Amino acid sequence: MARAVSQNTKIGYTIAAWLVALLIFFPILYAIITSLKTEQEAIAGFDLIPSFTLESYREVQSQYNYFRPFMNSVIIAIGSTVLALIVAVPAAWAMAFAPTKRTKDILMWMLSTKMMPAVAVLVPIYLIFLKTGLMDTRIGLVIVLMLMNLPIVVWMLYTYFREIPGEILEAARMDGATLGQEIVHVLTPMAVPGIASTLLLNVILAWNEAFWTIQLTTTNAAPLSAFIASFSSPQGLFWAKLSAASVMAIAPILIMGWFSQKQLVRGLTFGAVK
Amino acid sequence: MATRQTQSLARLMRAPAIILLLIWMIVPLAMTLYYSFLNYNLLNPASTSWAGWFNYQYFYTDPAFFEAIWNTLILVLGVLCITVVGGILIALLIDKPIFGQGIVRILVISPFFVMPPVAALIWKNMIMHPSYGVLADVAKFFGLQPVDWFAQFPLFSIIVIVAWQWLPFATLILLTSLQSLDGEQMEAAEMDGASALSRFFYLTLPHMARAITVVILIQTIFLLGVYAEILVTTNGGPGNASTNLTYLIYRAARLNFDIGGAAAGGIIAVILANFVAIFLMRAVGKNLD
Repeated sequence: MARAVSQNTKIGYTIAAWLVALLIFFPILYAIITSLKTEQEAIAGFDLIPSFTLESYREVQSQYNYFRPFMNSVIIAIGSTVLALIVAVPAAWAMAFAPTKRTKDILMWMLSTKMMPAVAVLVPIYLIFLKTGLMDTRIGLVIVLMLMNLPIVVWMLYTYFREIPGEILEAARMDGATLGQEIVHVLTPMAVPGIASTLLLNVILAWNEAFWTIQLTTTNAAPLSAFIASFSSPQGLFWAKLSAASVMAIAPILIMGWFSQKQLVRGLTFGAVK
Repeated sequence: MATRQTQSLARLMRAPAIILLLIWMIVPLAMTLYYSFLNYNLLNPASTSWAGWFNYQYFYTDPAFFEAIWNTLILVLGVLCITVVGGILIALLIDKPIFGQGIVRILVISPFFVMPPVAALIWKNMIMHPSYGVLADVAKFFGLQPVDWFAQFPLFSIIVIVAWQWLPFATLILLTSLQSLDGEQMEAAEMDGASALSRFFYLTLPHMARAITVVILIQTIFLLGVYAEILVTTNGGPGNASTNLTYLIYRAARLNFDIGGAAAGGIIAVILANFVAIFLMRAVGKNLD
């Protein structure tokens, strides 16, 4: 039950909360502002009002061929997630609806593979990539990111599928539905929201991945995370352009993230906090 | 009830995921273990030979190794302190009745979705830069000498950046937990004259204990692997001042081409991560009936 709060207290809390929120958001806001400045304005000292030029955005595309890493990011993030779903949906399904004594152990074991530090297998993965010609290819990154996120995908799907009541299945069976009909008409409609949330969260995770993308690409298959990291070199002192590239790199995922707050908690805590 | 037919179908459905993860877990790890016993340098692959425990001795007696372990601990603990304490305070604040709660939540959660290289470069160039950063502008405004953050306080600067990225995660999870707190219990405590502080320590904090544990464990796993933030800001320097274990191994493998040494370092990273993992598995396992 919400208790009655005096208007003054509410205003006080509101001001405090907005101050904190704006402080936390400030670096992102300032990057957006800087991306709309000219290069001279960008280093001319603190100023919150840009000249609203889109010059930097144009130059990032023309000088650095921004579109290529962007498309790499799209392909790698979506490709690895879809591939993981193809493998994980049947697995999570089986574990949720036909659990055995070992199901819990299998799930815990899958979780444990997620704990392996990436850097511990840097050497073998790097060498395998060199020798098989997967280095700097999109398919190579799709495979690695798919394997990396597979445990989270299985877990998320499992926690969603488990909430689908089993009685519905029994009722459908009683009415003479075959397994195929059961899946198409009864279970799929109930499973789609869970699959969609899982997809959303994993695209976000894959998009922002910045260890393997930097290790396993150079120019050809580099997604945005590797592309932006290359701006750290000293000659990259073009802040308006850096800001423009950054804003374009984070905008799509930021917007997706705003819609997936709930799924984020669930996915990243493996259902431990709901 | 599952019939035998559905059981065998279920086995078939589980198999691909299990086999893939099994390969992903065993093959690279076995290779790392194998390489850790080799004298193997990519610059001179022809002279590869069996090294016995040499790589371990070499790697684990190097002063840089202890510095890296120390930096890893400081980085993890520093970020955990900031995010857990900050997360609790911010969650308590946002949970209060405020105007525009939805937008406040969106603003607070946003840094989590910023990819590490972007986050680090924004902080490096626009916030902490000694001549053009916002902090330098603030210092000048008060007539102070601007601080060269990455030269003078490299590890601290990285802690700030990483904490900024993870504060939203802690806040969001603690807020979720806070919202499931029983309001009537709170009201009863209030009527009985419990002060706001004692309500927090005797009701709110115990209720959030589980969520706090989960935040600490999950963040630790990710924080042990901090990499891109160091790469684009300090490159591990000056000296080894901001080199963590992940970065040290990366340097051995990719910059010194020392496959054997990097593999030996990788093995200790696995052991370190396992300590944390065991605790996390217990916390999560309890939730599976």
